[in-house]
Amino acid sequence: MKKLKCECGHVNPEGTVLCEACGKPIEENQHIDGNDKTKLINMRYDGSARRSLTYNRSIIDKIWSFFSSVKVGVWLIVIALFASALGTIFPQQMYIPAEAVSRDPAIYYEAHFGILGKIYYQLGFYDLYSSWWYMILIALIGISLVICSIDRVVPLHRALKMQKPKRHETFINRQRLYSESTNVSNEEKQQVVKKLEKLRYKVRSDDGHILAEKGRFSRWGPYVNHIGLIIILIASLFRMTPWLYLDDYVWVREGQQVVIPGTDNKYYIKNKEFILEKYDEDDEQFKDALELIESRGGEVHKNYQTNVIIYKNVDADLPGAEPKLEKVLEDKVWMNNPLKFDGYTLYQSGYQQNEFSSMSFKIHKTNDSDQEALETFTIDLTAPETEYEFESGFRVVMDKYYPEYYLDDGEPRSESKYPKNPAFVIFVYPPQTDSPEINFIGIGKNIDATGENKYKLGIVDFETHFASGMTLRQDYTLPFFGLGALIFMIGVVQGMYWQHRRIWIHPKDKSILLAAHTNKNWFGIKKDIEKAISDTAIQMVIDQQEVEGNEKNKEGHNG
Amino acid sequence: MGNLATFSSTMLYTAIAFYSIATIMFGVTIKDKKKQNKKGMTGTIAISITIIGLIAQLVYFITRWIAGGHAPVGNMFEFMTFLGLSIVLAFIIIYFIYRLNILGLFALPIALIIIAYASMFPTDLSPLVPSLQSPWLYIHVTTVSLSQGILGISFVAGLIYLIKQVDQKKRSKKNIWLELILFSLIACVGFILSTITFNILDYSATFEYPSGDRTLTVEYNLPAIAGPQDGELITEGANGALFEAPGWLQGRNAAKKFNTLIWSFATGLVLYGLIRLVFRRRIGAAIQPLLKNIKPDLVDEITYRAVAIGFPLFTLGGLIFASIWAQIAWDRFWGWDPKEVWALITWFFYAAFLHLRLSRGWHGEKSSWLAVIGFAIIMFNLIVVNLVIAGLHSYA
Repeated sequence: MKKLKCECGHVNPEGTVLCEACGKPIEENQHIDGNDKTKLINMRYDGSARRSLTYNRSIIDKIWSFFSSVKVGVWLIVIALFASALGTIFPQQMYIPAEAVSRDPAIYYEAHFGILGKIYYQLGFYDLYSSWWYMILIALIGISLVICSIDRVVPLHRALKMQKPKRHETFINRQRLYSESTNVSNEEKQQVVKKLEKLRYKVRSDDGHILAEKGRFSRWGPYVNHIGLIIILIASLFRMTPWLYLDDYVWVREGQQVVIPGTDNKYYIKNKEFILEKYDEDDEQFKDALELIESRGGEVHKNYQTNVIIYKNVDADLPGAEPKLEKVLEDKVWMNNPLKFDGYTLYQSGYQQNEFSSMSFKIHKTNDSDQEALETFTIDLTAPETEYEFESGFRVVMDKYYPEYYLDDGEPRSESKYPKNPAFVIFVYPPQTDSPEINFIGIGKNIDATGENKYKLGIVDFETHFASGMTLRQDYTLPFFGLGALIFMIGVVQGMYWQHRRIWIHPKDKSILLAAHTNKNWFGIKKDIEKAISDTAIQMVIDQQEVEGNEKNKEGHNG
Repeated sequence: MGNLATFSSTMLYTAIAFYSIATIMFGVTIKDKKKQNKKGMTGTIAISITIIGLIAQLVYFITRWIAGGHAPVGNMFEFMTFLGLSIVLAFIIIYFIYRLNILGLFALPIALIIIAYASMFPTDLSPLVPSLQSPWLYIHVTTVSLSQGILGISFVAGLIYLIKQVDQKKRSKKNIWLELILFSLIACVGFILSTITFNILDYSATFEYPSGDRTLTVEYNLPAIAGPQDGELITEGANGALFEAPGWLQGRNAAKKFNTLIWSFATGLVLYGLIRLVFRRRIGAAIQPLLKNIKPDLVDEITYRAVAIGFPLFTLGGLIFASIWAQIAWDRFWGWDPKEVWALITWFFYAAFLHLRLSRGWHGEKSSWLAVIGFAIIMFNLIVVNLVIAGLHSYA
């Protein structure tokens, strides 16, 4: 590697623009920061060598330079911005409403949004945020973040650790804020130093050269916040693995006890009770709003919650063993209040009220117009019995049970084992008979197959129950996201609300040169200088950039 | 309770009145400055009135909180009103840093438009649905709103910069764009005016229209220019639609919203035409002379300062707090809901703004355009995403 030796004796790495020790511009490298064309020197990273601007030969150099450019970074952000917006034109696949005619994306988009929807589907925008190209885009932003940061944090580190009070004259007089004063006494100089210390500057001196510095740590702000973002990106990579992240869903009916999926049969949940509360229509304070909502056919829920018991199967690891359940806890889960146990979190996510828990029937004479009940019986649908005997001699046998009845080519069948539309074939044995009368009965159906039945069945009552939908989560990546977010915020605040201010006092023959630099808020540093040099012979600094700008403006007007 | 709710809305009207007076006072300061080149009394009076207005609005906020039993940030009316409050608060803070009177002349009308816009939505106290019953509601919503208020000030400063700096001598792309921005503000006023007018007239026309295999009804409160597709007027004596809204408009009451949009545009155009008739030049050109004494650098600094405060606050409220709450309520901290995506887009945008400004030297005019676009994105997320793109955040 080519080294550059400055006249002060310091050896700088290749690509250095301003000597790391004394700040003298290194002649052959002035084009890198554009210093050759301006009066002022570019103070970015104090002119330390940046890899991306130094090497540009191999393919790796080129890739590195590409990703270290802020311009490229901003372009990636802008592309991601537009790409993200695309995904909100139509609902994403997971947000296709449940009441849609078909939740199959291939059908839904075209049916609802016509030709545009069809194109949307065909381009894969219905699942845009998991598409390979969106992932690549985010990954590119991640790469840009890492390379940008490394490319700059290294020179910044070199520049900041060096910080010598004694600088070369050209470094001083090519600063943006600069002044030259004569007849400054030593006491006055000391007075300035004291005042700067009072303003909480760290003052160091070397051979009469003084450097007052403040807020150096703010320079690390951008890198700190980028580290935060990188942690978040890495955490989301981890989240895609099954080890650190579990997502499952379980429906539990009231009174039911089921194994919680995703826990390797280790945990069971029992739904003791599901509670659905609505706002009271007569509630004074919300009366008007509730009326308005009701007039539109809606209703406002106040709460839905499940009272649960969680059991642990202590024999879960023994193959073939009967589950041996131990109660872990008994608690309630409701919206905004998930339940935590043994590293899992259980959420109240949904509910259904379309299952029957029991049905009551009566037997009456077919020709009795009052349908007076001779006997009544109730079938418990969670554990249906097949036979019912009565003292009067009636006997009822449930021959067939279809929990979710439908007709398949004239054949009665059940869609599922859930009692959503129960139907039965029931044999009624009148007293002292052995031949049954056959009834087919369900909601809205009551069929006498032979037409000769002397007794008829009727549905007297039924009860429905809720099924509670619960999400189970286990997410070990959350702390990483939290950490990333915290670091990001610290970095942003650190970089945004503090500035790195430096003031150099440089003795030259009989006069004193004063120069200052800050990475932000020039107004603030000017105020500091004003305070520090008050009542001394030191001249206030002039903003050389403003002077230059004004001259340019004048030229512009004249031309 | 009813009394408290009434008192609360009176306080909101009081605040609106004070903001209006303060706006006029800030307008007077321009003349003030021309006569004497130092800080006059008028500015002090104007900011005092603004502060009184803010206090009145805080009283509205607190009393409504007590009356409703939850922080009044639960629906579109309450949220937009709070955004207006945030803009005023942000303005007051920035005012005491930079003492720029002209900022008030622009910031307060924006706040007023937003509050008036909010009042077009149902203002009744409404109960909270289970998903909103959490302390995170006010933690998340108030931080987001405050950040948006401050970013609103960056928009105002950017707008002032543009009106001052964009050349108005001859027509150019820039001043046409600027004119469009000003027109969109006027269209908001148009929306408010047309809604209020037909509210007073108690206008109502109900249409029946087929949707899938069902027949739905929709009540129009503005005369129907664009009616629902295959809609049939069922209110007697009301006017039928001039034409049917295009079929690709989807969502609940899409045709009605489209009709409202047409009305806002039309009223806005009439207003704009009137203003043009009075001044006989572009509105930008008409305002420009008022800004003669403004230092562009100072305005540019305000734009940046507002973003510097607003961006971290938005990250905190709009992404971090939002994620924490989403994790608690919906079992995932991020779900690509349209509102979430647009919060991310806003964040991307301001991140780009800061990189361009701090690393690539985009100051002055470029930075001002970006500040204006940024606020447009925020408004898009608030209004369009809530009302047009259905999602988990559609509460209005």
